[in-house]
Amino acid sequence: MSTVKQDTRLRDILGTSALRPDGVAKVMGSFSFSSDMWAENMLWGATLRSPHPYARIISIDTTAALLISGVSAVITAQDVPGKATYGLISADQPVFASEFVRYMGEPVAAIAADHPETCRRALAAIIVNYEVLAPVVDPELAMLATTEQIHPDGNLIRHQKIICGDPQISGDITVEGHYTIGMQDQAFLGLEAAMAFPDSGGKGVELHIATQWLHEDRGQIAACLKLPEDNVRLVLGGVGGAFGAREDISLQVHCCLLALHTGRPIKMQYSREESFFGHVHRHPAKIWMKHHATKEGKIVKVESRMVFDGGAYTSTSPAVLINGITHTQGPYQCDNAVVDGYAVRTNNPPCGAMRGFGVVQACFAHESQMDKLAQACGLSPVEVRLINAMHTGDKLITGQAMESVAPVERCIRETDAIPMPEPLAANANVLEFPGGSGRTADRQNIVRGIGWGVSMKNLMYSEGFDDYATARCTLSNGIASLKFATSEVGQGFVTLAPQIARSVLGVDDVVFETSDTQIGSAGSTSASRQTWMSGGAVDGACRLVRERLFEHVGELHNIDPIRLMIEHTDVIDTIGTFRISVTEATQGITLSETFEHHHRKTEDLDANGQGNCHVAFAFVAHRAVVDVDIELGLVKVVQIATAQDVGRVLNPLSAIGQIEGGIAQGLGLAVMEEIIMDNGRVKNPSFTDYLLPTALDAPSVVAIMIEEPEPQAPLGAKGIGEPPCISVTPAIVAAIRAATGKALSRVPVRPQDICL
Amino acid sequence: MTVAVPLSLIEAFDELARTPDARLIQGGTDLMVEINFNHVKPVDVIALRRIKELRTWQVNSNNTITIGSGVPYQEMEVGQLKELLPALAEAARTVGSPQIRAAGTLGGNLGTCSPAGDGLPVLFALDAIVHLQSLKSSRDLSIHEFMLGVKRNARHTNEIITGVTVPVLDGWQGYAKVGVRNAMVISVASACLAVDKKNNSVRIALGAVGPTIIRCRDAESWLVQQLDLTSATSIDTTIAQEFGRRVALESKPIDDHRSTAEYRRHAVGVLAQRLITRAYTS
Amino acid sequence: MSESIGNEMYTLRINGQDRPVVDAWVGESLLYVLRERLELPGAKGACEQGECGSCTVLMDGDAVCSCLVMAATAVGAEIVTVEGLIEKDPSMAATAEVIASQITDVQQAFITEGGVQCGFCTPGLIVAVHHLLDKNPDPTELQVKESISGNICRCTGYGRIFAAVEAVVQVRKASR
Repeated sequence: MSTVKQDTRLRDILGTSALRPDGVAKVMGSFSFSSDMWAENMLWGATLRSPHPYARIISIDTTAALLISGVSAVITAQDVPGKATYGLISADQPVFASEFVRYMGEPVAAIAADHPETCRRALAAIIVNYEVLAPVVDPELAMLATTEQIHPDGNLIRHQKIICGDPQISGDITVEGHYTIGMQDQAFLGLEAAMAFPDSGGKGVELHIATQWLHEDRGQIAACLKLPEDNVRLVLGGVGGAFGAREDISLQVHCCLLALHTGRPIKMQYSREESFFGHVHRHPAKIWMKHHATKEGKIVKVESRMVFDGGAYTSTSPAVLINGITHTQGPYQCDNAVVDGYAVRTNNPPCGAMRGFGVVQACFAHESQMDKLAQACGLSPVEVRLINAMHTGDKLITGQAMESVAPVERCIRETDAIPMPEPLAANANVLEFPGGSGRTADRQNIVRGIGWGVSMKNLMYSEGFDDYATARCTLSNGIASLKFATSEVGQGFVTLAPQIARSVLGVDDVVFETSDTQIGSAGSTSASRQTWMSGGAVDGACRLVRERLFEHVGELHNIDPIRLMIEHTDVIDTIGTFRISVTEATQGITLSETFEHHHRKTEDLDANGQGNCHVAFAFVAHRAVVDVDIELGLVKVVQIATAQDVGRVLNPLSAIGQIEGGIAQGLGLAVMEEIIMDNGRVKNPSFTDYLLPTALDAPSVVAIMIEEPEPQAPLGAKGIGEPPCISVTPAIVAAIRAATGKALSRVPVRPQDICL
Repeated sequence: MTVAVPLSLIEAFDELARTPDARLIQGGTDLMVEINFNHVKPVDVIALRRIKELRTWQVNSNNTITIGSGVPYQEMEVGQLKELLPALAEAARTVGSPQIRAAGTLGGNLGTCSPAGDGLPVLFALDAIVHLQSLKSSRDLSIHEFMLGVKRNARHTNEIITGVTVPVLDGWQGYAKVGVRNAMVISVASACLAVDKKNNSVRIALGAVGPTIIRCRDAESWLVQQLDLTSATSIDTTIAQEFGRRVALESKPIDDHRSTAEYRRHAVGVLAQRLITRAYTS
Repeated sequence: MSESIGNEMYTLRINGQDRPVVDAWVGESLLYVLRERLELPGAKGACEQGECGSCTVLMDGDAVCSCLVMAATAVGAEIVTVEGLIEKDPSMAATAEVIASQITDVQQAFITEGGVQCGFCTPGLIVAVHHLLDKNPDPTELQVKESISGNICRCTGYGRIFAAVEAVVQVRKASR
């Protein structure tokens, strides 16, 4: 083999902390987010939204708005040439409301004008006559047949049960609880924004859009515009975070319609307030759960009833529900289960995808239950979880075998071994106290608590969905060029893809082509799937190119291609002494291959919730240490210790970034983030009142990445995006319980829940 | 529509005479939010940020301090202002973020008169005098007469708030504010307590628990009867608790999306108890 | 429409240059004017109310939220945006390598330490951190946290951002 062992860490291959290729542009402020676009002759688009959660539209008068100078178009439902509705799973959401508005903020009309301020005035000049109706906001009531059905498709979006093993069996010990999860917002910082360019003649449109899934958007947009998909070209605009909120259509159709109507480029961007109305949120849920166990604390059966409030339209509610109920058991062995799940339509804002996708809700319930079980059996939180920890090969409550690497025990033990933080010092700075700069607490008011959370999360899409990703690799003159439609939303696929190409092809220079719809779908940047799926596609395309390269070199130098391999940046003969650099070997030639990566097939669930519905799973443990001001109910999360099952670390810097970022979002749900509803009305659509964790709220994070390569995964790596934000929430709540002795059955935990 | 950026008060009054309905803008941290959210559409605006007279403060010979309405909060967090007015420094440090504290002013807090304005409980506790000036006259109003209700004050449209005067007290003073995160948070409930040893009195003012800032006069006078504020070096827990209970009774909180009336009432009681305890342990 | 919205004309001093603003509506924020009129899109808008820090710029040496500055009132102020932090050498071609070599130590550390994910909060944070370190070259961990507590980051959980600031502090210390 090679005589000179070069330090591979100098090359940004898999396993190294390669740096973001878009980093320089992002730190300079020159990276182009979709909101940064500008075009000659462009107009601004804006949306008129319903002020009511539920109302009948009697009339819409746009005359006055059209007379305002600077206004070029006002469009309503009657201006939608194609399908009047869209949706990810069920096309039940109108492009513009026509007969009814079903949630506060539902789009009713859109306008195009020369300045955002003209837009505001024009919106104010549209007269909509509503007959206000009493909203249906309680999912328990909404699902009853006797309640008014607020949509032609009915109020019950999906009902699914799981019956596994012996439904009648009981255990020596039972623990149960009712749990409530509030409505969380993804709150990405880069607000919804797009720019649409009409083709001359109005036969097509090009949309630059911040989205998670270009091809899915295109399909829905083309149907509404009544244009062939080929005439709707989507280009990824710079995306400022997503977290699930960019899976559904928001301004896409409106923006394209306005461009086609006016024949001019249209820029649309939501304000923060509008963003709260413009995208789906995490489902609020109510969960009852009961565990039966032996005296020793071994789970015998789990029973649960879950109700997810889907809001006015379907979005991904059916899939979120299935994720919730199929994760009832958590990362624990369980042979018997009776689970009943409902996703229900109400006049609340539509809910859909958010990081964790249904599992966050289930996990808060099952982890709260595990602590109750520990207490009932006289076990510690760690002991009860170790006794029940799932292993590879175990059967899930859906009947599916756990085929993924399942290092649950290891996650727990390694987390447990992480040193505890120092006790709060007697002379600690007030900024370290709960309440922070508000100076509410003194040292003696603060009590420390420790809590645990462990979770299992499915990876990729489920229930028979043929989920695939496409990538093309072109190698020429020592430069690899990659093309894919994968949405980079901040997660770092643009860092990973070149690492893959460098590892497979022995090149150093990797460039990208534009991410757009001029290649096959990459699927969505969600469900912790892009490293596995688009990573698999890039890996596959690069491997095909490498085969072609070996054939080319073999033919030229009369060596059986099978003897060739890549070493460092060279093609070498594994038997002989031949060696040629990849750059030299590819001078003047172009090798190009496209690869589609499909994961293994999954199945639908049957009537009893049985079926191999998920592809794979990842696991994580969290231990939270919190300081609580018990009298005021204020919380400071001091430390999160975590060990996460990642399969293989492909980029340590990216991985820790995902872990720390996910933990902050889980912390938000635990103690501060909630969209507050009052009879269908959103009360806090702003960053003054919807609170996100600040730098002073960030805990110290100590993370261990457990590397047991996943055989199913193309790169051995599991998706790491979602697990960090799932069990950290129950861990924090458990820690608050430990400090306060309060039962705390809802998140976010509010000050009054602790101290009153 | 016009925007004027006068460089002196005289110029500002000229502008105000010309556009009597103009909105005054200081740091912009309130008015610009209103504009950005499409809640107000000002026709004329007079910006006060470049008027140097408003951006100064001085210690007066009668042991008071006059702070110009354009002095940003970040200046109150440090130096002599912090030494002489520690409660104001603590309140200033809780205002929004560092960026907001670089722009926000007491003038803005007074002009807006939100019960959640972080500087206002301090001004109420210190019985601040608000200085108002018009082209032809000037007047001084007690803060208690100045703030009339939620976002209502006694400023005449031809007047500019030029500053406030507060006493330098001999005695402990402090401020505490409850919010649901550790920084950059709007007040759910706040309290400012100041001990005036010379006059054997204590003042406590509450923010965000009523339509105006609330001075708890009953609790103040009760405490004076329990404790010699001038000579005491410690305070009984039972007295501190009772003081907190009485303060809570004087609050008039409401339920809203930020919190509940019950929690706010409870919280101001706890804050009062802690502040008076701090006053007699430090 | 009874009133015209384009009736203001003024000049701002931005990144050392006089930049005329014509035909602007009086209610426009400095953020809007920078982004939409002066081709300086580095400052980002994410909340319009001073609660996220994405739009942070320096104004007369203070870090402020440009969404809360009425642009027409900023005449006479020295404004520095993220674009103005780099001293460009006009004699050098703007190749990727040249640009990368010109970024500040703070910018470089954000990249190297993993402080950038989606990047939307990044320009505001870069300005805020430069401002912090100019005023306080050796901040404590808590001073760092407090000074950037007005800059919300939704992706990173702040850990790598703290690491980036720490890295700059250490390098600057060593080179003093």
